[in-house]
Amino acid sequence: MSAEQLQVPAAQFESYYGRPILKVTRWREPHLPAYLFLGELSGAAAVMGVAAGATGRPGLVRTGRVVAAAAAAAGAAFLTAELGRPERFLHMLRVAKLTSPMSIGSWILVSHSALTSAAAASSVTGLLGPLGTAAAAGSAVTGPLLAAYPGVLLANTAVPAWHSSYRELPLLFTGGALTAAAAAGLAVAALTGDQADVSPSQRLALAGAALECGAEFMLERRSDLVAEPYHTGEGGKLLKYARAATMSGALLGLAARRSRAAALASAALLAGGGLAAKFAVHRAGVESARDPKYVVQSQAANP
Amino acid sequence: MTSNSLYGPLEDVSGDAGYVAGHPERVGFFTDTSVCIGCKACEVACKEWNGLPDPDADLLKLTGMSYDNTAELGSNAWRHVAFIEQAVPQVSVLSRDGAGQLIISASAGDTDDSGQATRWLMASDVCKHCTHAGCLDVCPTGALVRTEFGTVIVQPDVCNGCAYCVSACPFGVIDRREDDGRAWKCTMCYDRLRGGLEPACAKACPTDSIQFGRLDELRVTAQARLAELHEAGITQARLYGADPEDGIGGAGAFFLLLDEPQVYGLPPDPVVTTRDLPAMWRWAGLAAGALAAGVAVAFAGRRA
Repeated sequence: MSAEQLQVPAAQFESYYGRPILKVTRWREPHLPAYLFLGELSGAAAVMGVAAGATGRPGLVRTGRVVAAAAAAAGAAFLTAELGRPERFLHMLRVAKLTSPMSIGSWILVSHSALTSAAAASSVTGLLGPLGTAAAAGSAVTGPLLAAYPGVLLANTAVPAWHSSYRELPLLFTGGALTAAAAAGLAVAALTGDQADVSPSQRLALAGAALECGAEFMLERRSDLVAEPYHTGEGGKLLKYARAATMSGALLGLAARRSRAAALASAALLAGGGLAAKFAVHRAGVESARDPKYVVQSQAANP
Repeated sequence: MTSNSLYGPLEDVSGDAGYVAGHPERVGFFTDTSVCIGCKACEVACKEWNGLPDPDADLLKLTGMSYDNTAELGSNAWRHVAFIEQAVPQVSVLSRDGAGQLIISASAGDTDDSGQATRWLMASDVCKHCTHAGCLDVCPTGALVRTEFGTVIVQPDVCNGCAYCVSACPFGVIDRREDDGRAWKCTMCYDRLRGGLEPACAKACPTDSIQFGRLDELRVTAQARLAELHEAGITQARLYGADPEDGIGGAGAFFLLLDEPQVYGLPPDPVVTTRDLPAMWRWAGLAAGALAAGVAVAFAGRRA
């Protein structure tokens, strides 16, 4: 038997001229990955601000509130730009529909944006402190929901690589939320020279990296066919880079107190890793919808 | 809402959507591909009646896929005739004997140098108007609705072009017009149904490959046709989308096919994505809790 024959023959399946069965998603880059990243950043930053307030860290309170508000606004802009009819964004609020994660998500995003804007405005102007604190407390509830719901948003589709990953995606996104917020905390500390609140950001980076890389590991060790776009091609490559960046960023963060350069590099790696993971998820989804084998072979395998 | 609102057989699909008793019977299409001749009258009638635009009208677009230059269902093609050429040893020809019995005979058709003949499969595809329609489930604006006839339509004045439906359809039917920004698909000629007419494609079909009618009656017709073909020896004939127990609760537009669904560009065993929605939210809840716990851990302890 020659070496060539030892290879497992490629699985045979029939298709209609090799054309996709599904429509390849209309959600684009950079809009979708950017929205995912900014949404999770905003969610965790809001919770970080509240936790900082509860533990007496006023500098980090302002960082959390301002970052949460800015990221929510920027994320909403990316989301709106994705619409075929951006001027109809408010049609999202015609109904509240339990079967539509985008409907639920729109209500979460709008609530979270309003709460974080109020909390940030109060923090920056120093006005209406109690109201700002109340708004921030509310955003500590909407924040985790904003970070987690996009996992359901993507999974609740016919896209094989997304639908099959409904366990991993929300964990990947909330893990990414923690590392993104940690990156914001480390960057602000480095830029302002205020080292007092570095420790929580360092621990946030470690906890987030554990969760984010754990979810990435879950995706990578899956052997089912529809998880293949997470191992191979652009999606697989980006996911590997993402994991390396996130892990090294979290570790480098431990040197933040000694070196500003290390703190900034750590923040860049953490944010870059999170963003790369969002691009990886998008590309894996596109690939799984584009190649009909993912639909045919996964469905034909069902009894 | 009933217990099978998200998945499983559903007797009264319009009733489940909120229409009161006395609404019209559910209607549908039975597309019998065994008598399709690939004339594309359905495509033309659909485009004419619905005024579908063609942004590429100035271009001569040839796909190289047999006689199929429409290529796929989309925002501007709500019927799509697929053409499949298969190399077979012999082509079967169906005819009726004196008693009206369907009989099969081998064709004297041309064979190539290797002794192979070409079998043609032609099929007019269309939106399935699923019992459990993923597009309708995920639409965040309420633009996609169930009609009183049990069909699924987009309201163009409501759609904001979010494109969630595009990724949720397990058949790749609905799509967004990029120049117009909204999602479009087959309405089963809702305007004609309201006026008591049959849809344009079914009206135009010269061989009755596209049959329109009450869905329960079409299912009976289809079973009879399938039995007739099986009896004549066409064992590859099968119904597609006719079973209320399947992953979409049965289609409002179903088919008789002469080969595997994927040969026609159809998914073999589609499941509405919403079936798994409760499990998805449980995992999202877990993930949200993990976020809160992560922050709590990071901020626990004394200030350094």
